[in-house]
Amino acid sequence: MSDDHEFGFSTRTVHAGCRPDPTTGARALPIFQTTSYVFEDCEAAAAYFNLQEYGNTYSRIMNPTVAAFEERVANLDGGAGAVAFASGLAAQSAALFTLLRPGDHVVASKALYGGTVTQFKHVLGKLNVGLDFVDPDDMDAWRGVMTENTKCLFAETIGNPGGNILDISAVAEIAHAHDCPLMIDNTFATAFLCRPLDWGADIVVYSATKFLGGHGTSLGGVVVESGKFDWSNGRFPVIADPSPAYHGLAFHETFGVYGYLMKLRAETLRDLGAAISPFNAFLLAQGIETLPLRMRQHVANAQSIAEFLDADERVSNVSYPGLPTSKYHALASKYLPGGCSAVFCFDLPGGRQAGMTFIEALSLFSHLANVGDAKSLVIHPASTTHRQLSDDELAGAGIGPGTIRVSVGIEDVEDLIWDLEQGLNAVGTM
Amino acid sequence: MDMKKYQDPETIRRILTLRRVAIVGLSANELRASNFVARYLQRNGYDIIPVNPMAKTILGETSYASLKDIPGPVDTVDVFRKPEAVPDIARDAVAIGAKCLWLQYNVISAEGAEIATRARLDVVMDRCMKVEHARYLGRMHWLGFNTGRVTATRQNK
Repeated sequence: MSDDHEFGFSTRTVHAGCRPDPTTGARALPIFQTTSYVFEDCEAAAAYFNLQEYGNTYSRIMNPTVAAFEERVANLDGGAGAVAFASGLAAQSAALFTLLRPGDHVVASKALYGGTVTQFKHVLGKLNVGLDFVDPDDMDAWRGVMTENTKCLFAETIGNPGGNILDISAVAEIAHAHDCPLMIDNTFATAFLCRPLDWGADIVVYSATKFLGGHGTSLGGVVVESGKFDWSNGRFPVIADPSPAYHGLAFHETFGVYGYLMKLRAETLRDLGAAISPFNAFLLAQGIETLPLRMRQHVANAQSIAEFLDADERVSNVSYPGLPTSKYHALASKYLPGGCSAVFCFDLPGGRQAGMTFIEALSLFSHLANVGDAKSLVIHPASTTHRQLSDDELAGAGIGPGTIRVSVGIEDVEDLIWDLEQGLNAVGTM
Repeated sequence: MDMKKYQDPETIRRILTLRRVAIVGLSANELRASNFVARYLQRNGYDIIPVNPMAKTILGETSYASLKDIPGPVDTVDVFRKPEAVPDIARDAVAIGAKCLWLQYNVISAEGAEIATRARLDVVMDRCMKVEHARYLGRMHWLGFNTGRVTATRQNK
């Protein structure tokens, strides 16, 4: 009986969430391209809308193809469940929206994806939620800004793009000492390289657009929750108290370990509406089937390229935490023993002009604003992804005017190094 | 206490095939977890027997003051009470010839489990009957929950 067997990670990337379709026998994940679902009878419809039974009502709230993708991610991360969204930013804003109310306070690492920094600064401010950014490496900095209203700590497993590795257990301990959850953006590592819930985090968010999907085809985001955080500890009335948006239902008391996830789906996703399309969920679920194969090649290529760049005197500050000289090497060995993913930065001493000359001389790396594609990608953050940040904020995120970010793909590494040589030679003749 | 012993998938699946379920501590308030579980089991073909001295009927079924007041056989005793109440409930479950004792989330009682096990009842602890039914026989996977199940076998249901 397969229910008694503990399956390995690669088996679960292929099978979790997707059983043969009971009606047709279809082996691949069917794409349920439907907005809505016929009810068996009025009583069943009532039971679904009252959340008394697991049933499909409307694809803004749930869809069988999306559910397969959600369960696959939840399974790989060891969570109680997952809820998918139209994008990574939609996922993390919904994850926060579900647990916050006006007057609350969030503490976040300052080494974050630029889109997250912008979202937090502007959207949380509009909702009257206080915010402090801290140096993620400095535990006293985290402790120092905690207030009685702090309701969530937020950081990335591997900081984008500076390569900071978070001491997840230490920050989780600080969060739990204040009875609040730790939320981790695990987009760069994926569950293949690191499972933050195993280290004490409570919520994991992803841009599935990146390594999970893996091919740069589809936007999507997903929130995974452990089911272990005590939302009834008195500090989260938005989850524990009877909900006026759901005829007085107390989500955590009624659904226990599934309370936060039910609230996230049945209220936040229902009401804010950032649903993922079934076709995107299909492509992302399919992408996950090759996650271990791809991540091994991403990591091996990134390690080789980081070592190549580190040895070249035309380059400085190679930020790959997999290098033995990285200040994050010890944390990387603890949290990311399988490798430090494939996104990192390096500096060209010639500054802004050198950065642009380098990028324009490349012919295999694609110049675009994405990471985590099978294809190798390159960008100049100061003029693109992190353009909205001030110079101080740029420095806080570890970005200089000549910083280049690469997302190393799964091509032959010799070809990638050949291409980078072209760029470095062009800078040399500037 | 070795909780895994009381969360065995094979035992859980066997208990889920039994139809007559007495629910001790079932609330008449339809927003309480016990009411959600009972309604779900009722809708999925189980005969539910409320055990709650404060109510006359719940979900259309007669409510009894104790397990010993129930006429006819009981297969499973599903418990939504505080852990201290479990040993007495376990003794009653044994006395009425129930086949299984099922203790819901956070209803953890080593003594109660021991009483039932000694009388050869199957025991499940810190698990929800609704969730386990939905995991193995129902639609838990429709809402993105982690069933933990991996199978390439087609279920013709």
